[in-house]
Amino acid sequence: MSPVQIAIALWTLVLKEIKRFTRIWPQTLLPPSITMAMYFIIFGSLIGPRIGEMDGFSYMDFIVPGLIMMAVITNSYSNVASSFFSNKFQRSVEEMMVSPMPNWVILAGFVLGGMARGLGVGAIVTLVSLFFTRINVAHPLLTLGVVVLTAALFSIGGFINALLADKFDDVSIVPTFVLTPLTYLGGVFYSISLLPTFWQNVSLLNPILYMVNVFRHGFLGISDIPVGWALTAIFAFIIVLFAIALWMLERGKGIRS
Amino acid sequence: MAEPALSIRGLTKVYGNGFHALKGIDLDVEQGDFFALLGPNGAGKSTTLGVVCSLVQKTAGRVSIFGIDIDRDFARAKYHLGVVPQEFNFNQFEKVIDIVLAQAGYYGMPRREALPRAEQLLKDLGLWDKRSGSARMLSGGMKRRLMIARALMHRPKLLILDEPTAGVDIELRRSMWEYMRRINREEGTTIILTTHYLEEAESLCRNVAIINRGEIVRNTSVRELLAELDTETFLLDLARPVEQAPHVEGFEVHRVEGAQLAVVVHRGQRLNDVFAALGEQGIEVVSMRNRANRLEEMFVSMVEQGNGVQRELDTVEVNK
Repeated sequence: MSPVQIAIALWTLVLKEIKRFTRIWPQTLLPPSITMAMYFIIFGSLIGPRIGEMDGFSYMDFIVPGLIMMAVITNSYSNVASSFFSNKFQRSVEEMMVSPMPNWVILAGFVLGGMARGLGVGAIVTLVSLFFTRINVAHPLLTLGVVVLTAALFSIGGFINALLADKFDDVSIVPTFVLTPLTYLGGVFYSISLLPTFWQNVSLLNPILYMVNVFRHGFLGISDIPVGWALTAIFAFIIVLFAIALWMLERGKGIRS
Repeated sequence: MAEPALSIRGLTKVYGNGFHALKGIDLDVEQGDFFALLGPNGAGKSTTLGVVCSLVQKTAGRVSIFGIDIDRDFARAKYHLGVVPQEFNFNQFEKVIDIVLAQAGYYGMPRREALPRAEQLLKDLGLWDKRSGSARMLSGGMKRRLMIARALMHRPKLLILDEPTAGVDIELRRSMWEYMRRINREEGTTIILTTHYLEEAESLCRNVAIINRGEIVRNTSVRELLAELDTETFLLDLARPVEQAPHVEGFEVHRVEGAQLAVVVHRGQRLNDVFAALGEQGIEVVSMRNRANRLEEMFVSMVEQGNGVQRELDTVEVNK
């Protein structure tokens, strides 16, 4: 395919993905907004004042970046996992497989679609948070960069999950039993400096901790871990997972007999 | 001489469970042909087409589409290929127009070209009024036509139809036949068809391959195949019912119902002799027709022969 044809194919796929999650907005955009509003009300407004300050900021200000990141992670992941698995299940993935579209375009199309939803929900959650606090962004470029990279990383993760999944249960196992616990334990609601040394070291094995902390650093200018190191780790994860997903796609894993 | 639209050499497919679906088949389909690939369930038809469309990974062999080896440049080969699969494979929740436009996009067709093409195809296939509705609201026949429209969006030179009229009512089937004939005749699209309706193959196709147990057991023209037919069965409707099948010297006659007989006529025998013998016995024939379409008789006999040979081989294996 020529570069123009590739651009048309990629745009077609991205647009289709965006149309999909906006068509079913009561399932995709509304629930995370309501859930996050609840977090802001309960943890930020009601319990937060009793907790006091966290790393020198009000508890509400401390949790806003973490909650935005949590919304981005779960929505990027679940969008690609459920959309690509639905394509497999309904066999509409064959539409793409019989076309001359290169596999990397198929992968990029779904990943960009997942990022669009993750970032869209992130933007909605940010708007909701404005009802509860004033947001000051210390490092805007870093904040934007890390949220885009995180959305990309978890979209690729969702794609791999969908390729490996044989039934709908398989696309809910990872978000429920892996992503949610890692996100909750990834410093969304607390600073790891509150933990005993042993659990601080265990927390450092959690990749989501790095994303939440870099994002929080972008907002508040504070972080539990070195920002440069975290950014490098996110980049490395993206490259490795993209290569794995593309290799699986080339091999027809889960989609070709 | 022009390259064949499809050329298959030594195509082999062994599935992960050890099932030998294709055993080194060779097949050529010439440009402009209307070709039938026939075979019983599990014979290897869909596996063959699946390899050609990249939905199934081959174990060995070579496949070329208009001279382009799929192992060398599958993407370029795919431009020539349109596929209408056996089962519905579109997102049922999408709009009809979105499904065909997305397919054009996957082939890199700009929207300004895709829109008029979609309009033309949806109108030709009677779906234009349904374009803004969700695909799941379409009837079974409409869904099949939607898949044909989708497959034709990028103007493929080779169209593969895997049981395109399964579950479609007779009237609609005839109109779909007419449409397929038209694109084959007027646009020169090569068509490969698999079907369970052998009447469909007999009516539409010029050449045919019969596949059984992963092997091509016959590859010839429909005309030649029919010329080889040794027997035909005719149903005779009688003016009055008969108690038992009458005896007609040299012919096999069965009583189907009270007022209907089935007569098996071998090559070289004359139907006039049957009428004469029945007339002598005071039996009056009102009308006559073929019991089944002729290709079906041929097909059943070939497949049964093949299975018979295989059963014998299986027995030998067991006795070892």
